[in-house]
Amino acid sequence: MIELKKLSKVFESASGSVEALRDVDLTINDGEIFGIIGLSGAGKSTLVRCINLLERPSSGQVIIDGRDMTSLSRPELLKMRRSISMIFQGFNLLEQRNVLKNVCFPLEISGVKKQEAEKKALGLLKLVGLEEKADKYPSQLSGGQKQRVAIARALATDPKYLLCDEATSALDPNTTRSILELLRTINQTMGVTIIVITHEMKVIDQICDSVAVIDHSSIAEEGKVSDVFTNPRSDIARELILPKDRAALDTAGGRRIRLIFNGLYSREPIISQMVLECQAPVNILFADTKEYEGSIYGHMIVELPSDERQADKIIAWLNNSKVVWKEEN
Amino acid sequence: MFSDMFYKVWENGLIQMGVVETIYMTVIATFFSYLFGLPMGVILNVTDQSGIRPTPWVNRVLGFVVNFFRSIPFIILMVAMLPVARFILGTSLGNGAVIVMLVIGASPYVARMVESSLKEVNAGVIEAAQSMGCTNFQIVSKVLLPEAKPSLINGAVISMVTVLGYSAMAATIGGTGLGQVAIIYGHQRSNDDITWICVLLTVAIVQIIQIVGTYIARHTDKRIK
Repeated sequence: MIELKKLSKVFESASGSVEALRDVDLTINDGEIFGIIGLSGAGKSTLVRCINLLERPSSGQVIIDGRDMTSLSRPELLKMRRSISMIFQGFNLLEQRNVLKNVCFPLEISGVKKQEAEKKALGLLKLVGLEEKADKYPSQLSGGQKQRVAIARALATDPKYLLCDEATSALDPNTTRSILELLRTINQTMGVTIIVITHEMKVIDQICDSVAVIDHSSIAEEGKVSDVFTNPRSDIARELILPKDRAALDTAGGRRIRLIFNGLYSREPIISQMVLECQAPVNILFADTKEYEGSIYGHMIVELPSDERQADKIIAWLNNSKVVWKEEN
Repeated sequence: MFSDMFYKVWENGLIQMGVVETIYMTVIATFFSYLFGLPMGVILNVTDQSGIRPTPWVNRVLGFVVNFFRSIPFIILMVAMLPVARFILGTSLGNGAVIVMLVIGASPYVARMVESSLKEVNAGVIEAAQSMGCTNFQIVSKVLLPEAKPSLINGAVISMVTVLGYSAMAATIGGTGLGQVAIIYGHQRSNDDITWICVLLTVAIVQIIQIVGTYIARHTDKRIK
């Protein structure tokens, strides 16, 4: 179990100090895939680096399996890091070592015998589907293959935790999907707890059990993915889950409102009812919905009639119904 | 076609000897320059603000020493360092003393070459190594140096050519080699042909070092293939 308690990080520089994390409290349970999502600059990379202490927090505690990481001696910390592996957006393979030697690397530094290390590395390469590339060099691999090698390397020391820092952000959608599937397999078959840092909601959607939304250096919202998806409480979560649609903003006309479908009324013909009961037409500008555990989630942007009376009528109808809506600017 | 002096010098094997001595001094001096310069370069890189163990005072002191020696023209450094050679070798004469001068002159240069080669290593790879629990020593020996190898070899070629140039200057304090042949028999006795032959031979040696070095660097680099 990873517990972050009142974690703060301030970067001091000549041009002043920057607060990267403020009072972050998080608990990551064993065996889950935990997502941390935020826009770039929100502090998520700093947060993940505080877990293995690549960044030392300015204050607060990082407790892993009951041990406070910040109080460990350096040799203890280095040893602890072997049970917390990490993969990166840029893969970070050793360019001058072949694939097999890259996977052997963490074993080599922890003093495992060469033969034993190579045997283990070959097994891991098989797991990630790259055993025939063992003697190739990283420059001969595609991005997805590099990330698979990085995953094999990360698993070499039988870690309990795997930190993924934007691990799929440099990959195309298909490769992203296959890497995420591999991560899920690893989580399920090997029981590795995975912490996923991303700015893409689809990554969270595809593999995470729980999610924390980070915004402006602190946690805006946290919970089960299904809960956060269906009922985002913070503005930032809403923004990430329901992305702003740029095309719709170009159309001229009346007031625009966003209807949010949170699964509660997915069986009812909401729009039709609204139009029929109010006797006022609306213009659908944008819609993005998806099915999640049998219910419909998503949002739709409609343009109200320019006639103010009609528009007010619709608003009143919406207020009387259980539909969640928001005025768009 | 050639002057009488040229034939005399050639028959006595002075030019041939000069080639051998020049190569000998260059190789030995480059070796010792790396013996001192490589660790200095590593320390400069490691203790830098962006290094794996930032230590401003070490970096500043070493950086100052390196800059100090690098800013003195080699011909002046040589004369100034004669007492050092005498202290180390008991004499300030001969090629031994010249090699000491070359090493003093070239080590700081090598240190900067090494430092800049190590700087080219992807910071992400170093971070990955740290995340695996590497000690700083392991990062230097298993990540920084191996990853920078092609660049280090290219740097070594440049350093070696610089040392070769320095070795010719060392003729002025009694060093032997092609520089001495060119100065004594070519310049001082006005035999331009000897000077030019020495120049051509020096150019040939530099070319060979460059070609061999580039070949090795290219064939050790696993990034292109």
